[in-house]
Amino acid sequence: MARMTYREAVRAAMSAAMSADPRVFLMGEDVGRYGGAFAVSLGMLEEFGPERIRDTPLSESTFVGAGIGAALGGMRPIVEVMTINFSLLALDQVLNNAAALRHMSGGQFSVPLVVRMATGGGRGLAAQHSHSLEGWYAHIPGIKVLTPATVADARGLLLAALAEPDPVFVFEHAALYSLEGESEDGTPMEIGRAACRRAGRDVSLLTYGGSLGKCLAAAEQLAGEGVEAEVIDLRTLRPLDTGAIVESVSKTRHAVVVDEAWRTGSFAAEVSAVIMEQAFDELDAPVARVCSAEVPMPYAKHLEDAALPQPESIVNAARGLL
Amino acid sequence: MSIEAKAHGELYDKVHAHALLKQMLLIRRFEEKSAELYSAGRIRGFLHLYIGEEAVAVGAMQALTAEDAIVATYREHGHALARGMPAGAVMAEMYGKANGCSRGRGGSMHMFDARRRFYGGYAIVAGGLPIAVGLALADKMQGRRRVTACFFGEGAAAEGEFHESLNLAALWKLPVLFLCENNLYAMGTALSRSESETDMHLKAQSYRVPAEPVDGMDVLAVEEATRRAAAQVRRGDGPYFLEIRTYRFRAHSMADPDLYRAKAEIQEWKTRDPIALFTARLKAEGLLGGAELEAMEAEVANDIGWAVEEAEAGPWEPVEDLCRDVYTPAAAASGPAGE
Repeated sequence: MARMTYREAVRAAMSAAMSADPRVFLMGEDVGRYGGAFAVSLGMLEEFGPERIRDTPLSESTFVGAGIGAALGGMRPIVEVMTINFSLLALDQVLNNAAALRHMSGGQFSVPLVVRMATGGGRGLAAQHSHSLEGWYAHIPGIKVLTPATVADARGLLLAALAEPDPVFVFEHAALYSLEGESEDGTPMEIGRAACRRAGRDVSLLTYGGSLGKCLAAAEQLAGEGVEAEVIDLRTLRPLDTGAIVESVSKTRHAVVVDEAWRTGSFAAEVSAVIMEQAFDELDAPVARVCSAEVPMPYAKHLEDAALPQPESIVNAARGLL
Repeated sequence: MSIEAKAHGELYDKVHAHALLKQMLLIRRFEEKSAELYSAGRIRGFLHLYIGEEAVAVGAMQALTAEDAIVATYREHGHALARGMPAGAVMAEMYGKANGCSRGRGGSMHMFDARRRFYGGYAIVAGGLPIAVGLALADKMQGRRRVTACFFGEGAAAEGEFHESLNLAALWKLPVLFLCENNLYAMGTALSRSESETDMHLKAQSYRVPAEPVDGMDVLAVEEATRRAAAQVRRGDGPYFLEIRTYRFRAHSMADPDLYRAKAEIQEWKTRDPIALFTARLKAEGLLGGAELEAMEAEVANDIGWAVEEAEAGPWEPVEDLCRDVYTPAAAASGPAGE
């Protein structure tokens, strides 16, 4: 057990993988000399050299595609796309190549690629730098989608991603990088397992990534009112641990899905549908969703706060079910 | 290579010339048959024919070794055949059969062959260029002296990935051989209607990539230029770019009524049919007799007959296996196939 920040946990996982396996390398915008836009790779250029810590031009589509090609060629690339907003420029490579290559080649080629990027809002960055589009990625068969919400997961899930034979996308909520916590000894975690972050019997708060902290705060507040909320951290959006969702909802009979994405077509809608399909008879009330308001993210703080899920809105949604 | 200089009694050159001609003929006849089978409903989806452009794939492929990698486009039957992929596996793929080169998951536009390092046909224009850059990066990082040959049409130059890929390959001195098949039309849009600079090799030069135009209707010219370019790439001098000027005699796809090209233009290009030109040249140089050509045609027809038979007889993938090969099974996860 070691105490570290979320960014240090990501760095620890990358450094460990690079030390253990010469095929692993990191490339992306400003990952080298700058040290990473979020200082995740700070110091890695000095440790591993410019061959393995590669600064790229602002060519998202091509450096993600080059990551795919390098994976085909026997390497284990980690591609850092600075933010999810920029990742849209590479979406074609993700959807049409990374995700499809194994299938459309009849199983001849695998793409052992890890793509990491920052996601999420809440930092005053307005409409073009505040997206939570990991649900879009989770729509795509052929890739895996991880959303670590804790320091331990930031390290353990990334290590697991680096051992996968297929493309894995890791979404790191930008508000979490300075979060401190305990990290375990650096063993890869199992992909596809949700975690119960707080046990409770009255209502399930189902969430992932940057909304976990808000759900835990909401659960604390609800506890003061005598409501015991269970907080389930999905951790992996694809493959989704539907068993854990069903198990929790079957126990509490009430579900609130919390997702920073826009409500329409959100990943929360997918979770809600899973509950309808697999646990309809267990419910005592309709599934509730707390998502972002349907608006391009505004800049002013009070408006941004109002647009995003907050502990208060989660508490209100839970109360509404009980 | 000057075939005239070597033509005097040297058996190798005759053998080689015949091999070139036969490969072009195989592609031509294979595709004529494909068009027929498409109309007969045996092949579905899109079918983009390479007829007219055979000298490009056949000439360029001569410069590549078994260790080199190939990235192609959705018009890639010719490249697959020229790379030595069995015609039966290619035809079966178009039939959608389980014995197809992509198990019937790819079809005409997505042919793959790990053993021959054929990294597929890509159906999003310019989408294969970054893949080629990455394959070359892997070679460079692992100290392998291999070439990644990347075929694409001139239409790719309108996409950002073209520019990004040329820049990155040049910046990192990666062993990519960019082979631009300039057939003058991006589907129905003429090059001059979509590009302010219509000389593709000049675009490449602006990224400091050595580049030159090549007559794509002359298989020997293509071979000669590609051998020279590949040798330079293999030396580790960075990428090379060939603008191979060619023309497709058929429409963009089977669905295209071809309303945008003048008949006279098509006829004009057909006078430079790469197969007819090469045949005439070999005959004039005494390297090909009428009986030899007939025998060659017969062999090609026989090969295609077998390919069709293989496709017809091939099994259908069971529907229960619909979702296989979306993820790598744990047992096969030790490393990427083909490496």
